[in-house]
Amino acid sequence: MRNYIAKRILMSVLTLFVIVFVLFVLIRIMPGDPFPVERMSAEMIAQKRLELGLNKPILEQFVDYMSMLLSGSFGNGTSLYNGAPIKPIMLKCLENSFKIGVLSILFGTTVGLTLGIVAALNRGKFVDGLCTIVSILGVCIPSYVFMIFLQYFFAYKIPFFPYFFDPARFMFSSIMPAISLSLLSISTVARFTRNEMIEVMNSDYVKLAQSKGLYGFELMRRHVLRNALIPIVTVIAPLVVDLLTGAMVMEKIYGVNGVGKLMVDAIAGDGIDYNYVLALSIVFSSMYIGMMLVLDILYGIIDPRIRISAKEA
Amino acid sequence: MADTYRPQADDFEFISGRDINVDQNFASQGYWKGVALHFARNRFAMTGVILVGVIVLFAVIAPLVSTYDYDQIVSVVDGNGKEVVAKSLSPQWAGDGADNRFADRTFVFGTDDLGRDLWTRTWQGARVSLIIAFVAIFIDMLIGTSYGLISGFFGGRVDMVMQRFIEILGSIPTLVIISILAIFMEKGIGLVIASLLITEWIGMSKIARAECLKLKEREYVLASRTLGAGSFHIIFKQILPNTIGPIITQVMFSIPVAIFTEAFLSFVGVGIVLPQCSIGSLIEAGFNNITILPYQIVPPISVLALLMLGFNLIGDGFREALAPKLEDM
Repeated sequence: MRNYIAKRILMSVLTLFVIVFVLFVLIRIMPGDPFPVERMSAEMIAQKRLELGLNKPILEQFVDYMSMLLSGSFGNGTSLYNGAPIKPIMLKCLENSFKIGVLSILFGTTVGLTLGIVAALNRGKFVDGLCTIVSILGVCIPSYVFMIFLQYFFAYKIPFFPYFFDPARFMFSSIMPAISLSLLSISTVARFTRNEMIEVMNSDYVKLAQSKGLYGFELMRRHVLRNALIPIVTVIAPLVVDLLTGAMVMEKIYGVNGVGKLMVDAIAGDGIDYNYVLALSIVFSSMYIGMMLVLDILYGIIDPRIRISAKEA
Repeated sequence: MADTYRPQADDFEFISGRDINVDQNFASQGYWKGVALHFARNRFAMTGVILVGVIVLFAVIAPLVSTYDYDQIVSVVDGNGKEVVAKSLSPQWAGDGADNRFADRTFVFGTDDLGRDLWTRTWQGARVSLIIAFVAIFIDMLIGTSYGLISGFFGGRVDMVMQRFIEILGSIPTLVIISILAIFMEKGIGLVIASLLITEWIGMSKIARAECLKLKEREYVLASRTLGAGSFHIIFKQILPNTIGPIITQVMFSIPVAIFTEAFLSFVGVGIVLPQCSIGSLIEAGFNNITILPYQIVPPISVLALLMLGFNLIGDGFREALAPKLEDM
């Protein structure tokens, strides 16, 4: 097990390093000049290049950048926030995104699990139908359509919730963003839980337990839920990762000052802020890879077969 | 021995609705015919086919026969006989229709805030979105399938290297890929297709590889090898035809993802540029006016949701038809 984890960590670090390197080189070799030629004289540009170390060979620049990264700084922005340091702005945005993300995952899994379990226990009844409808809706309605819908009806038509996210009233104003972001998790988790529960309830060992006289809650707790819930980890983890994409739109719609919005501002504005793109890409990639790492290790703990096959490979 | 009950002809009745001359459980029909039959009997899948069919039909025909062009700013004659730009007219069926009774002009979905007909724009947008999705997914299918089959077939070191490459590419979040592309490319259709090309083929290659690993041990591959066939002949002539089923299923699930990605990119502002339109850019425009002109967002959102639903239903139908479970028989 320890070998397996060590191997996975090593692989992740390597992958991350490759990604950072590729991103860095791509951005540096890009055609064009980051400086506005019409507003800066040639000497000024040369001066600026020297200042920023852009005359050095790319590899040397990369080493500089890496040492800066490892010391916990992301350097300065180029245009977006007037060349201010990136890190404090990004941390603030990360905090907002992270809080809403956690809230939506909590909400999504709780509702999804409950719906799935209740549906499986009442097969063919109303709740089961509801579960099916929710899972179909989750598939065919893109989350941002749902977000627009929620915002229109519950913040505009019925002005109960605030229209925009407001960090000062965090809990109240993040209810809607979190709910709208969790539609996909609810539908996925509910469908998966339901199917998994039904499969386990029809399995031989549950039938055996039943024939031995176990029933009701005890049967559920000791045999059904345990076996049915383990695989659900496998669907929840990718959902957490997917939140990133969903968050980008959510932040635009609800005006949240988050990382997704920061990224959109950096790429979709008039000028592209390379340093922001690079810094955010690195943060996103590390979150993503970190998530996958946790997931793989969890798999390994849950299902010993994966460990063995990893050893053989 | 009292008289045993002898079954009479009346005791039996024909199963209605099925042709009893065809044994569908253990049929002598071909594989694909069975799949098609199974698919056609699936009501959800057929609903999906109809949904997608109708939308594709409208997307193809509506912009051609429409009175207006999708980027044409329409003028109408108002009550005083003056010609004005038909800005932000609500659709006629929306109730009051007060400002929509201009002479003989009707706008089924209304007009947008520049005075362009939303009916034409919606279907033009659906057309653009569908073209993007089909083109991108088709190329993805070609790349992914070849990559997966080659990786799976040769195995060993080739497989190792190819899989590590996928692993690294796959662990870059889509968002990062899109951002990098946005730096290198002009915003527009090209950017959307490129980001779909980079991200979507990985799933296909994984499926193709898994199928290939399963199939390459079969006798017919051995037979072909014995007859002197080269590796590429075996991969593309022997193994590929047998992987078509799962790949088509994956394609059906990828198309809605592609449509969604396009809509997502256009919505955040790195997709389609004006005056071109797509489902995503229409939703974005509608969203900006949602509190004043809520009718503008309804058509593109409905088309998007129905397309996603349709393709997902078809995908589910395919999956069931290709690998029917015993209970479905």
